[in-house]
Amino acid sequence: METAVFIVSALIVLAGGLGVVTSRNPVHAALSLIATLFGIAVLFLNLGAQLLAVVQVIVYTGAIVVLILFVMMLLGVDREEDLDTEPLVGQRLLAGLIGLLFLGAILAIIITGKDAIVTGSHSVTSAISLTASNISQIGTALFTTYVFPLEVTAGLLTIAVVGAVVLSRRPRDLEPIPEPESMTDMGDEPLTSIPEEGAH
Amino acid sequence: MVGLVWLLPALPLAGFLLLVFFGKRIGEPRAGWIGTGAVALSFVTACLVFVGLWGEPEHTYELSLFQWIPAGHFNVDIGILLDPLSMAMVLFITGIASLIHLYSIGYMHGDSRFPRFFTYLNLFVFSMLVLVLGNNLVLTFLGWEGVGACSYFLIAFWFEKEENASAGKKAFITNRVGDWGFMIAIFMTFFAFGTVTYTQFLPMAPGLAQTTATFIALMLFVGAIGKSAQIPLFIWLPDAMAGPTPVSALIHAATMVTAGVYLLVRVNPIIAASASWIPWMIAIVGCATAFLAATIALAQQDIKKVLAYSTVSQLGYMFLAIGVGGYSAAIFHMITHAFFKALLFLGAGSVIHGMHDEQDMRRMGALRKIMPVTAVTFIIGWLAIAGVPPFSGFWSKDDILAYALHKSPILYVFGLITALLTAFYMSRLVFRVFYGDARWGESAEGELANLNAHTATDAVESGDHADAHDDGDAHAGNGAVHPHESKWPMLVPLIVLAFFAAVAGVLNLPFTEHLEFLNRWLEPVVGENQAHLSLGGVQLTVELLISTTIALLGIFAAYMVYLKKKVDPRRIELPFFANGWYIDQGITAFMGGIGRKGFELIAMFDKVVIDGAVNGVGRATRGGASRLRAIENGYVRWYALMIGVGAVLIVAFVMTQVSF
Amino acid sequence: MGSNLSLAYLMLSAILFVIGGVGVLIRRNPLVMIMCVELMLNAVNLSFVTFGKMLDDISGQIIVFFVMVVAAAEVVVGLALIVAMARRRPGATADDLRTLRG
Repeated sequence: METAVFIVSALIVLAGGLGVVTSRNPVHAALSLIATLFGIAVLFLNLGAQLLAVVQVIVYTGAIVVLILFVMMLLGVDREEDLDTEPLVGQRLLAGLIGLLFLGAILAIIITGKDAIVTGSHSVTSAISLTASNISQIGTALFTTYVFPLEVTAGLLTIAVVGAVVLSRRPRDLEPIPEPESMTDMGDEPLTSIPEEGAH
Repeated sequence: MVGLVWLLPALPLAGFLLLVFFGKRIGEPRAGWIGTGAVALSFVTACLVFVGLWGEPEHTYELSLFQWIPAGHFNVDIGILLDPLSMAMVLFITGIASLIHLYSIGYMHGDSRFPRFFTYLNLFVFSMLVLVLGNNLVLTFLGWEGVGACSYFLIAFWFEKEENASAGKKAFITNRVGDWGFMIAIFMTFFAFGTVTYTQFLPMAPGLAQTTATFIALMLFVGAIGKSAQIPLFIWLPDAMAGPTPVSALIHAATMVTAGVYLLVRVNPIIAASASWIPWMIAIVGCATAFLAATIALAQQDIKKVLAYSTVSQLGYMFLAIGVGGYSAAIFHMITHAFFKALLFLGAGSVIHGMHDEQDMRRMGALRKIMPVTAVTFIIGWLAIAGVPPFSGFWSKDDILAYALHKSPILYVFGLITALLTAFYMSRLVFRVFYGDARWGESAEGELANLNAHTATDAVESGDHADAHDDGDAHAGNGAVHPHESKWPMLVPLIVLAFFAAVAGVLNLPFTEHLEFLNRWLEPVVGENQAHLSLGGVQLTVELLISTTIALLGIFAAYMVYLKKKVDPRRIELPFFANGWYIDQGITAFMGGIGRKGFELIAMFDKVVIDGAVNGVGRATRGGASRLRAIENGYVRWYALMIGVGAVLIVAFVMTQVSF
Repeated sequence: MGSNLSLAYLMLSAILFVIGGVGVLIRRNPLVMIMCVELMLNAVNLSFVTFGKMLDDISGQIIVFFVMVVAAAEVVVGLALIVAMARRRPGATADDLRTLRG
C-alpha cells in the first residue's frame, strides 16, 4: 500500500518538476509547481508527517505559489520566454552534464551505501512516538528544545514583511529606465566567443 | 729592521693617496717631488730591510698584517713574504722607480696633468710592490691587476688622441686574456692544496699529481704570457709606446713586464712537479719570441718601437732561461735588463725631448756632439744590451745561453742568432741617432723623400703623442730644428743607471762559485729546481769568447750597413719584419671575420633562447590569463553553473575517499 | 517501512533536487527561477523527513518546519525585489544583471 502510494506520488512530483523547468509560459510553470507540492504533501503523509503535509498545502501551495501568481499577473511577466536561444555558450550542455553527474554521484552513494548512509544513532530523547499524535509531538519539541530558533524565525518573518513593504514602495517620480542600447552596437560582443586580449 | 718591511708598499700608497686628493692643489713641481720622495723613501727603507734580512734564517721573513678573506676553508691574509727573490726585486724596483720619478719631473714639465701623472706612478709602484711582496697568490693577483690598471691609465695618459686611448685599451684587454689563465690557476691551486699561501703550498708541490701540476703551471704560464708580452700576446707592448717615455721605461722595461717572470720563478716547485713538456714549452716560446721580436726590431723606424720590441725580445730570453732551468739566470737578466733598458728608454726620452718630440730615426743623426751626456749613457746601455763585456748584459745573457746549451743545442744556436740580431739592431739605432749625418734640418727632406718612395710601410710614428711643449712638431723642410741637451733632473737618472748597467755584472760572475752572488742568494727560493751547471775553465772560456764574438759581429754588421753604407738597408729592413710578421693584422682579421661570427652567434643565442624564454613566460601568462578571463563573463547563471561544477568535483573527490 | 522504500524516497529527493538545480541554471525568467528554487527546497524537505523516519527522530520534521518558514520569507523578499525591478525595467531577466558589471 505504501509503495503504491509512493509510486504514484513520485510520478506526480517528477512530472510537475519537469513541467516547471520546461514550460514556456510561467503560469504553466506555476501550475506544475502546485502539482509537485501536492505530491510532496502526499509523500509526507506517507511518511507519517501529518502536520508537515498540512502545512505544506496551506503555506506552500496556498500562499507561496499564489503569491507568485499574483506577481506574475501584476507585472505582466507572463509573456512567453524564449527558450530556444541561449545567449551563454555551453550553458545548457554543461548544466545538463553537471546535473547528470551530480545525480549519478548521489544515486551511486545511496544505492551502494544502503542503510549505512545513515550513520547517526537512533535518537533516545526525541524518538518519534507512535502513541502521541504527530502534532502534539512537534509542538512539544518546538516549544521546549527548539524554542530559540522559533522565536528567531518569528523575528525573521517580521523583517521579511517589513523589507518587502519597503522594497515595493512606489517611488515619487518614476519613469521606466529606458532600454539600454544594444550591447552589440556598443561594440561588446554578447559573449558568444572568447574575447581577444585587450578588447576591454 | 726587517720589521719595517710593511713600509715598503705603504709609502707609495701614502704618496698616491696624498696626490689623488690634493694633487691638483699641490701642483707642479711639488707634486713631482712628493711622488719621487715617497718612492725614494721606500728605496731607503728597502736597503735597511735588506740589511736586516741578512740575519734571518734562510733570508726569509714573513709578516702577516691582517686577515683579508676568512671564508671557511679559504683563508687569505694580507701578508708579506720577504725572501731572497722578493728582496732582490724590491730593491731594483724601488731604486729604478725613484730614478724614473726624478726623470719625469723634467720630462713632464709643463704638462697640464702633471700631478695626475705622479699619482698614477705612485699607485703603480704600490701595486708592483704588492705583487712582489704578497705572500699568497691572491695578493700577487691583486698587484698584477693593479699594475695592469695603472699601465692602462699611464699608456692612455694623453688620451685626447684616439690612438693613445686605443693603445691603453689594447694593453688592458690583452693582459686580461692572460689574467684568465692566472685566475684558473688560483682556483686550481686552492682546489689541489686547500691554500694559496706560498709558504704553505710550495713545500707541498713535490707531492702533487703530475697532471694537476701541469695544469696549474700551464695556466700560470698563460697569465705570464699576457703580462710579459710573449707570443702571441705581445701585441700590446709596441702599441704601448704611445704613453710618455718614463712610463715606457718604468712599466714596460723594468717592472710590470717582469711580473710574469717573477711569477714563474716564484712557483718553480710546481713547474718542477709538472710534466717535462712544460719547461720545454716555456723555453721554446721564450726563444721564439726573442727571435721574432729581434727580427721585427731591426725594421722599425721609431726609436721607441725599436726599444719596445727589444724588450719583448729580452723577455723572451728570460722565459727561455726559466724553461731550461736557469731561474737565477732569469732573475739576473731581469735585473741587468731593468738597468740598461730603463737607461735606454730614458735616454730615448731625452733624445725625443731634445729633438722637440721627434721620434722617427730617419730624422735624427749626429746627436753625439749636441747631447753628450745622453749619448755617453746611451752608449753604455747599448753596449750592455748588445752583450759586450765587461758590461752587465754580457754576463747575464751568457748565463742564460749556458743553461740553454746545457738543455738543448738548438736553443743555444737560436739564442746566439738572436744575440747577433740584438747587437745589430741596437747598433743600428745608435748609429742612426748619434752618429752619421744630421738628418734634421734641410738635409732631412732629401733623405726622407728617398726613403718614402721605397718603403711603403711604416706609418709615420712620429707625432704619435701630444706633449704640452710649446714648440710643437718638427717637420722636415721646416728649416732648422735645434736639438739640445736635457736638464739635470733628466740627466742624473741617466748617469746613475749607466753606472749600474755597466757594473751590475758583478752580481753573478761565472768564474767561480764564490763570485756567483745572485745564485747563492736565490738558493733558498730556487735551489732544488735549478739546473746545475758545472762549467769548467775551458768550456767557460769558449762560451764567453763565442758570445763576445757574436756581439762584436753584430755591431760590425750594423756599422757596415748604416755608417759605411756598403749594403742597402732596405734589403734587411723587410716590410714583413716592419709589420710585425703581420701577426697584429692577422688577429684583427680573425677576430673581425670568424671571431665576429662566433660572437654574433652567441649574441643571437642570448636574444633568442634566453630573452625568448623570459619573454615567453610573459606571453604565456598573458595568453593564459586572457583565456581564463572568459570565466568572468558577468552572467549570474554562469556563475551558478560554476558553483555546480565545483560541487560535483567535490562530491567526486569525497566519493573516492570514502569506502562503502 | 522497509529500508528499500526509504532509499527510494531519497532517490526521488535527489532527482527532484537535480531537476530544480538544472532549472535554475537554464531559465532566465526570475519568477521561474524562484519556482525552481522552491523545487530544490522541497526535495530537501523530503529527504529530511525520510531521514527522520530512518533515524526515528522527530528533529527531521522540526527542521522541515523551519525550512518552510525561511522559504516563505525568502520568497516574500524575492518577489518584492522582482516587483521593484520590474517597475523600472519591464521584461528584465537574470541575464540583464550583466549590465552591472564593471
